Amino acid sequence: MNSQITVDELKAQAKVVRKTLLDMIHTAQSGHPGGSLSATDLMTAVYFREMNLDPENPKWDDRDRFVLSKGHVCPVLYTCLSLRGYFDTQVLKTLRKEGSILQGHPDMKRCPGVDISTGSLGQGLSTAVGMALRAKRDNKSYRVFVLVGDGESNEGQIWEAVQTAVKYELDNLVIIVDNNGLQNDGCCCDIMPTGDLAKKFDAFGCEVQSIDGHKMEEIVEALDNIRGKNNKKPHCIVAKTVKGKGVSFMENVVAWHGMAPNDEQFEQAIKDVEGGF
Amino acid sequence: MFKENKGLPTRDAYGEEILALGKENPDIYVVDCDIGKSCKTLGFAAELPNQHINVGIAEQNACGVAAGLATCGKIPFVTTYAVFGSMRMSEQIRQEACYPKLNVKIACSHGGLTPANDGASHQGIEDMGILRTIPNMTVIMGGDFYSTKKLVRAAAKWDGPVYLRFTRDAIPFIYDENEEFEIGKAKLIKDGADITIIANGDILSVAYKAVDKLEESGISVRFLDMHTIKPIDVDAVKESIEKTGNIITVEDHNIINGLGSAVCEISAEMGKGIVKRVGIQDKFGESAPYERLLEKNGITVENIVEIAKNLLK
Repeated sequence: MNSQITVDELKAQAKVVRKTLLDMIHTAQSGHPGGSLSATDLMTAVYFREMNLDPENPKWDDRDRFVLSKGHVCPVLYTCLSLRGYFDTQVLKTLRKEGSILQGHPDMKRCPGVDISTGSLGQGLSTAVGMALRAKRDNKSYRVFVLVGDGESNEGQIWEAVQTAVKYELDNLVIIVDNNGLQNDGCCCDIMPTGDLAKKFDAFGCEVQSIDGHKMEEIVEALDNIRGKNNKKPHCIVAKTVKGKGVSFMENVVAWHGMAPNDEQFEQAIKDVEGGF
Repeated sequence: MFKENKGLPTRDAYGEEILALGKENPDIYVVDCDIGKSCKTLGFAAELPNQHINVGIAEQNACGVAAGLATCGKIPFVTTYAVFGSMRMSEQIRQEACYPKLNVKIACSHGGLTPANDGASHQGIEDMGILRTIPNMTVIMGGDFYSTKKLVRAAAKWDGPVYLRFTRDAIPFIYDENEEFEIGKAKLIKDGADITIIANGDILSVAYKAVDKLEESGISVRFLDMHTIKPIDVDAVKESIEKTGNIITVEDHNIINGLGSAVCEISAEMGKGIVKRVGIQDKFGESAPYERLLEKNGITVENIVEIAKNLLK
């Protein structure tokens, strides 16, 4: 936890994260920019303010854990890890390259700071439940943060995991839903309507907050509300977000789920982020 | 010589051993899926509640929860039936246990045709083959109560994911309680010169009876318990081929991709030996007495003896 960092500093940091992850994907000419950008503000707040970490000691047993259940948006995770000091930022240029620690989807055995390998949707939340349960059983004070996609919530296993978190009163678990409204083939409303996700998580027994996932003030406030709250309920933040947020031509465009920008598009994207589109 | 006896179910061996392990080591966990009663983990749940989790009828989640625990140094045994433990959560095992090579153990009762009356839906006949295909996985079925206990203990010590398969019903004792077992090392029950019979699991006693019959008729049989089909004991199979040329495999599993297939792979790569596979004939079971189901698949003493005699003609 770094309570010294201000909302304005977090906003500036988020810009750096956006530019860095776009650079990564542009260099690799492969990756998932849309969901990385929708998750950027949330991830920035979690990694640069909220989590208790020691990048020098990635396996520190009392660290907070992070599970990227929607593993395909790993460019934003790799960027946060690198900027937090887990590995040199030069390594970001090796995304998806042979021999890289930065696999197409996160690999805990290769990349320092990755707490569990993910990439197959629907599974990460269960692993986060396992980590949080262990903290309860061993009287550890660490917390577990997990980023889940709205499209990902099509998977039944998400709800199996939520039931388990509720049953075992995992108030050390923070489920953040990146509710960007789009999935691979189109709008969630067409592919598989999610309904009101906040109501669903509430009905399952979570303590839910609904926020704008791009307003840093709201993100910080939501995380502040959770910290130290031992009310025996798993916490859930349903964050309304925009896929491709910050880049004019990517926002709310399904095609940018898993496509890399060309040189011209990359240049424009950086301008958009810098200009605060 | 096989000594006729009733024995005990190997799921009971699991229940006893996992409780003993849990008492010795607080990092041993059981993740149940609402069939703890069947899988003999209720004792563990009652005596070691702090090491027990029941996720309900949600096997995919069970595997993920176990993986999360394993990242924190726990040794969780996800406990369910073979059909669900190998197929319902197959991809979770691949992604969350095998790919990161975590210490997740999958412990499954009702292996093969042993849940006979339950019918095809509950008879896990493909499980060992499916899991054998996933990198980093180890696949084991003990051939009696005591060997199963030893192998459960060995699995807890093994670095990485392990699939363990148990029987629903009693199978005869083959070994005494002091016999030692090592993962990946076949147990040579009897050496011989004319033919090798390699079996495992609940069918070990059937194969044993066939060995005795063949010996009675003057055929010298080498007999191996291949409790671990992955990593299979390559040296033991090669030695068998060199010594006897002919091999019969016997398993309560589909003949595709189980013990028989694993032995064939070694024989084919050597370019030596003839392997005949006795097992489930790539067809679903049904509700029927266990012995009838074996009979319908040719998993009988008589059939093994006949195949052996034909091979040696």
